[in-house]
Amino acid sequence: MKNKKKVLFKLFVSTLYLSAFTFGGGYVIVTLMKKKFVDEYYWIEEDEMLDLVAIAQSAPGAIAVNGAIVVGYKLAGFAGALVSIVGTVIPPFLIISLISLFYNAFRENFLIAQILEGMQAGVAAVIAAVVYEMGEGIVQSRNTGSVIIMAGAFLAACVFGVNVVYIVIACLLIGVIRTLIGERRRKA
Amino acid sequence: MICLELFWCFLKVGLFSFGGGYASMPLIQEQVVSSHGWLSMGEFTDLVTISQMTPGPIAINSATFVGIKIAGIPGALAATTGCILPACVIVMLIAKLYLKYRSMNMLQGILASLRPAVVAMIASAGISMLITAVWGSVEQISLGNTDWILVVLFLVCIVLLRRFKMNPILVMVLAGVAKAGIALMPKIFVT
Repeated sequence: MKNKKKVLFKLFVSTLYLSAFTFGGGYVIVTLMKKKFVDEYYWIEEDEMLDLVAIAQSAPGAIAVNGAIVVGYKLAGFAGALVSIVGTVIPPFLIISLISLFYNAFRENFLIAQILEGMQAGVAAVIAAVVYEMGEGIVQSRNTGSVIIMAGAFLAACVFGVNVVYIVIACLLIGVIRTLIGERRRKA
Repeated sequence: MICLELFWCFLKVGLFSFGGGYASMPLIQEQVVSSHGWLSMGEFTDLVTISQMTPGPIAINSATFVGIKIAGIPGALAATTGCILPACVIVMLIAKLYLKYRSMNMLQGILASLRPAVVAMIASAGISMLITAVWGSVEQISLGNTDWILVVLFLVCIVLLRRFKMNPILVMVLAGVAKAGIALMPKIFVT
């Protein structure tokens, strides 16, 4: 019992720390989790960690949160998952709460408004670069189905303004059908 | 009541954003800007910028930001809980199945079909942001109304990111500083 409490406490401190100091999104935090829990604490085997990361990436939601849930659950069941979620969410929750208090005053300042406007162009460029890299990978895979899905989803979202929830549901269904057909072919 | 609406809204964001990071952006935009009008497109772009510069996932940051703006701390808690709940249930379910069967073929197959759509939806959200930055809104697109400084900044940023592989946060900060510098120039010359 005391041992479990110790694990939970350590889990909480680690996830809190990782979440507060990780810039650059989910993939970075997952790498750091591997360093901490596999290389430092020896709590999880390397191979298993890879599968846990795959689970975190395949479930919906933020990868950092999913990674915390899956690692916490593996180490200490439901309580472990809860503790890691709280640890992961506290830092962004506090930081954004603080920022939102000052946001309106900030926005009215001429200089800051100019900086934010310039940064909007910068963010659009960052997203364009990300899309280019991801899209390049899909086109190079030479999978006709994937390219058609990409083009179709783009038309639906950008030109026809279809609710993205429906696009996701449609692609989930297409994925189920493609996987079932693929498995039947492999068996035949 | 408004807290319940926030909870429900971000539950949808949490449930349907596959792929992490930027993948949640189109869903948040849909819910927060298009459906409910809780944020303007400009505010949403600011929020994405802030998310880039602070630790924490975009979805959690947005839930907190929108929640506080609409209904204070209770709103932020409701939205954040809604955002996390689906992942909580689904991740633990998959983890349970995985620890039992150690195979994830079906899951990988489904994701292979989802990934191209996610790229397309991110592209669509990025285009809305660019339009907001350069013209204000879709209705205002015209040659005369174009903010050419931002167009040039956008193109320079692309070159810095693609050709020189510069750090995205640094690129954004430089874009902000450059815009402020250009805006200040006439003031300096007048005085």
